[in-house]
Amino acid sequence: MWIVLLAALSGLSVLSLFVGVIDVSLIDIWQDPETFHLFAISRGPRTVAVVITGGALAICGGILQMLVRNRFVEPMTAGTGQGAALGILLVTLYAPALPILFKMVLASVAALVSSIGFLAIVHRLPPTQPLLVPLVGLIYGGIIGAGVVFIAYQADLLQYIDIWMNGEFSGVLQGRYELLWIVAAVAGLSYLAADQFAIVGMGRTASINLGLNYTQVVVLGLLVISVVTALTVVTVGMIPFVGLVVPNIIARLAGDNLRMTLPLTAMTGALLVLASDIAGRVLRFPYEIPVGSVFGVLGAVVFLWLLYAPRRHAQ
Amino acid sequence: MHNRRLWFLLLALIACTLGYLALGARGNWAFVLPFRGNKLAALLLVAVAVSTATVLFQTITQNRILTPAIMGFDALYVLILTVMIYVAGAQVFVQVSQIGAFALNTVLMMGGALALFGTLMLRTGGDLMRMLLTGIIFGALFRAGTGFLQRMIDPNEYSVVQVASYARFARVDAALLAVAGGVTCIALIAAWRMRHRLDILALGPDAATNLGEDPRRGMFQALVIIAVLVSVSTALVGPLAFLGLLVVSLAHLLTPTASHQVLLPSAALVSGITLVGGQFLLERVLHLTTPLVVVIDVVGGVVFLILLLRGRHR
Repeated sequence: MWIVLLAALSGLSVLSLFVGVIDVSLIDIWQDPETFHLFAISRGPRTVAVVITGGALAICGGILQMLVRNRFVEPMTAGTGQGAALGILLVTLYAPALPILFKMVLASVAALVSSIGFLAIVHRLPPTQPLLVPLVGLIYGGIIGAGVVFIAYQADLLQYIDIWMNGEFSGVLQGRYELLWIVAAVAGLSYLAADQFAIVGMGRTASINLGLNYTQVVVLGLLVISVVTALTVVTVGMIPFVGLVVPNIIARLAGDNLRMTLPLTAMTGALLVLASDIAGRVLRFPYEIPVGSVFGVLGAVVFLWLLYAPRRHAQ
Repeated sequence: MHNRRLWFLLLALIACTLGYLALGARGNWAFVLPFRGNKLAALLLVAVAVSTATVLFQTITQNRILTPAIMGFDALYVLILTVMIYVAGAQVFVQVSQIGAFALNTVLMMGGALALFGTLMLRTGGDLMRMLLTGIIFGALFRAGTGFLQRMIDPNEYSVVQVASYARFARVDAALLAVAGGVTCIALIAAWRMRHRLDILALGPDAATNLGEDPRRGMFQALVIIAVLVSVSTALVGPLAFLGLLVVSLAHLLTPTASHQVLLPSAALVSGITLVGGQFLLERVLHLTTPLVVVIDVVGGVVFLILLLRGRHR
């Protein structure tokens, strides 16, 4: 499975380098400095951005699903993404002069606060109704999203919102995506705590029994999710369903041992988002369809399938 | 008691209407009245259509939390419109005339609503949470599909879709308004004539069968009415996610009864007051630029969340 995923991912990455309005061939890169520029400034960064985003969002979905112990949630639709958009909107309105790093920190804080709000609500839900959790998450995210639209209308910032709410990679150029390297680092570091997240997924009592500092791990998980979500929303915009669909597929195929499955989750996420991005570039060539729209259709269909397909037990 | 409250609601609605028509009007009344009157008619039409569709839907599904909008019915309408334009092209679309397109869309919508609802009821076996979640995801799928197709459409043709995909009350076509008014009246009369049968359907299929009412037939008729009403309101002003839930919940609070003879007018009046009064407040008093729909989305979303968390959805 490892090898298949890795091969597919590298194949698509190479393909992604060569799909675009300007036609290039392999030889051109070394002979023509113009083509080399194209790769260094546009195609290369774009491919890297897609791979990082897809992988990190899938990892975040996996972690959040462990934290709330529910398979059908993900940060982008459960308030974290909308919270990040709210944060960056407020910063743009009231403190536009702050350096970019502070803006990012504030956006992450807003994402963190809204995730904690979601967790607090989930905590009060009856455990007998597992489908109530994603339902409440979707509505919770919807309310914050509507609040964002309300403020944006008043401040005439609707265009900005559109950029954050619809994930798209066509704006990714050298110099405009570097924040995503932080995303990659945070998502990569979270792997060090993979075992802890897997234990948290067994519940509070089981975690404490196993000698885990439950609160600490939950806070750590929320931090990872908030930072990754906030930076992704700001750089490329929201891409729904990645964090939901990918961990579910991997869990069905390979189980819940995060130490083993997190890398698979990341690779599958990167693979699917990359495929959607390439599809978005090819389908209406030379125009582009945002990856958010492509994945929105794909993800919703897979979600419905996950909801109804019977789970295969112990093989 | 309910009668008195209904009269009180009617008075409140009349007050809102007059305030909406008169306040802040400067200059020529011959211009102001038709201009505002047109908008007002659209608001009232949509208010009645949405509230009635929601009451009917909640009756046949026997709960207080599902609404046609939450189940993605208006997203389906926009998707059908987009597919039609994608397949036929906006040229054909404009030639067919708006009203012909509206009629075709409504018929397709009935089929789609019946198929969607049938699948939901069959596949979920009446499990409310599963049905809700499926409905919301279907709504998301329809919206994403619309967004996807809109990118595939020529930008010039896209503007035809765009008009239908955002809720707005600012400009409403007068010709469409007349047709929509006629269609809505027929649907409303049909709903009103069903009111006693709806009381029985609300008891559930078993009780309804015992009382000599065929639940399948009742559900089918109600669904046809719902599809017509949703089509009308979406064609006129675009999707309204939480309006139905908000006003029917309020109507249940104000006139706590299961009798549709009271519930239908009460919900319609509350809906009218919400839209006209809300628009009046927003436009004339608070001078906010945000469309009313966004405010309703926030408030209605909170109501939905409270209903869910309280667990009083039956």
